[in-house]
Amino acid sequence: MNKKKSILDSNVFYTLIAIAAGFIIGAVFLLIAGISPAVAYGKLLNSIFGKPKYLFWTLIYASPLIFTGLSVAFSFRTGVFNIGAEGQFVVGGLTACSLGILLDLPAVIHVPLCIIAAAAAGMIWSLIVGLLKVKRGIHEVLSFIMFNWIAFYLSNYVVNLAVIHKEGGGEASKDVLDSARLLFPEGVRKALDCSAANWGIIMAVAAAIIIWIIIEKTTLGYKLKAVGFNSNGALYAGINADRSVLTALGISGALAGLGGAVQILGMSGRLSQFAGQEGFGFEGITVALIGSSSPIGCIFSGLFYGAMKYGGSKLSIVKAPSEVVDIIMGCVILFIAISQIFRVLFARFGKKEGK
Amino acid sequence: MDVIIKDLGLLINATLIATPPLLLAALGSCFSERSGVVNIGIEGMMTIGAFTGAVMGLTTGNGWIAFFCAGLAGALFGVIHAVACISFHADQTIAGTAINFLGPGLAVFLCKAMYNNSSDTPAMDPSCKLPKLFQGVFPAGSFWSNVLNVYSVAYLVFLLALVCWFVFYKTKFGAHLRAVGEHPEACESLGIDVYKVRYTCVILSGFLAGLGGAFVTLATINQFRPSVIVGQGFIAIAAVIFGKFSPGGATKACLLFGLCSGIKTLAGQSNTVSPNLISMIPYIVTILALVLFVGKAHTPAANGKIFVKSK
Repeated sequence: MNKKKSILDSNVFYTLIAIAAGFIIGAVFLLIAGISPAVAYGKLLNSIFGKPKYLFWTLIYASPLIFTGLSVAFSFRTGVFNIGAEGQFVVGGLTACSLGILLDLPAVIHVPLCIIAAAAAGMIWSLIVGLLKVKRGIHEVLSFIMFNWIAFYLSNYVVNLAVIHKEGGGEASKDVLDSARLLFPEGVRKALDCSAANWGIIMAVAAAIIIWIIIEKTTLGYKLKAVGFNSNGALYAGINADRSVLTALGISGALAGLGGAVQILGMSGRLSQFAGQEGFGFEGITVALIGSSSPIGCIFSGLFYGAMKYGGSKLSIVKAPSEVVDIIMGCVILFIAISQIFRVLFARFGKKEGK
Repeated sequence: MDVIIKDLGLLINATLIATPPLLLAALGSCFSERSGVVNIGIEGMMTIGAFTGAVMGLTTGNGWIAFFCAGLAGALFGVIHAVACISFHADQTIAGTAINFLGPGLAVFLCKAMYNNSSDTPAMDPSCKLPKLFQGVFPAGSFWSNVLNVYSVAYLVFLLALVCWFVFYKTKFGAHLRAVGEHPEACESLGIDVYKVRYTCVILSGFLAGLGGAFVTLATINQFRPSVIVGQGFIAIAAVIFGKFSPGGATKACLLFGLCSGIKTLAGQSNTVSPNLISMIPYIVTILALVLFVGKAHTPAANGKIFVKSK
């Protein structure tokens, strides 16, 4: 009885059911489109697990998502909603890319400098919104949306500047200098048979552990959670709510900025001009939700999303629209969202049974 | 002087074309938010509306039928959001995020399934699109001809803004929806069916967002592409917060965004300033306007909170 209850109380149980339901609905749509779900899902699984190098690609895809997921999860835990991770990710990537192209330094200095600058850029981008909220009472969701678009156009503007733009390189920047890249040494990459294998995933896991420690084991984390839970109560307990909101948003923004740095210095090596937002920040919301806003959960949900994204990109080979991944992910989030009521129902049912 | 007047006409025209999709979505968002349900899924609802509009325009050849069907498609997503948020007590932000994945995902998925793996629908014949009013009434190239070179739906949309204002402040339903968003428990004790009011408002917001999306595919351009709705849904939400959650305020905010978008369109044709810098203007103007003039918005008190019926 006790064991059964603990299963029904656990987030993981509902998350797994939601994921299964998402795949079932995805299969229904594949059938409607006249595509065999077995073929499409088979291709999806094969593209993730078929070869060891596919798994490394999954890790590469997952790294920036774990960072944006952590960013959003941290904001959720501290009572603000960072819908601006998208913009912070973009300015982080932009900063890392620009410094990676313009500066010529030894790798020991170049890499940390680019990473720290990207985190600072994400933090500043988020703190401006925090200051607008604290000083002028402006709704953070509104200013985050504005700052996402400002970051988007700023990035497209910088990509086209003469010092950054690659001559005849289409709509992309020059390549980041090798001294700023986060790639594994060439020998290791050859051995792994994966040209973009990089330190990003290790940084992401380290960041998740650090954030877990901050939230669960420090006074700072306790204060931030208290403000998120009840800002008036926290104020009464002598916690400066304004400062807490700013601290929370600053850390959250820095995490998203780091995600941008990992994407540019790790996987892509350059910045492209985009027609629409890339969506790493919005995908971070999903990662945070599937990971139940827990930093450790974000590692697993980030890996899941990274796998789906990488596997999904190969679906066109079997003529299945890769957008089925969006449908599955959308359903997963929806089912996680409505799982709360089942928890309440099961709890009530359990009580009656106990009598 | 003539050139300036002509350009002014073109600018007003560009504003009148850019505003209606935002305004439709924003009016819908007003209903939802004021009744106490946060709807950040507007973007997804607009995209599915844009797709449905294009497909129905291509198949029926009648712009008006297509426009209406797009509203129904948006409303269907409104139903999903309403069921999740109201009956299943889901977190409204999370459910909205899900809609933002489902809407665009489903639209492009179905488009590829229907049109030979292409993410764009074929272009529509002008006769399938929504008609223009005042065509050929004024001499070509004159100020009024430039200004009024607008699809007839645009006028209806501005009329609709007026209707929404009337519903909000002059009808019993409007009073109920505003009250339900502030203090649902009190409303329930007075015998108002909170769930019914909220369901109506959320489904209506989906319907209007669907129409907004279809305006883009059936009037502004003539086909569906994955990039037709990029951020308009979020801009509409911003306009609602900017306009302090009232239809009148949202209308003014949408006109401001529309004007900025119009400036962008016209300035983009000359190559003196980077179009990317011009594109930033609306967002910077919004922030400055908020800091300098508007200040704190009163969010409906029960917005985003789960309300459980007491039987």
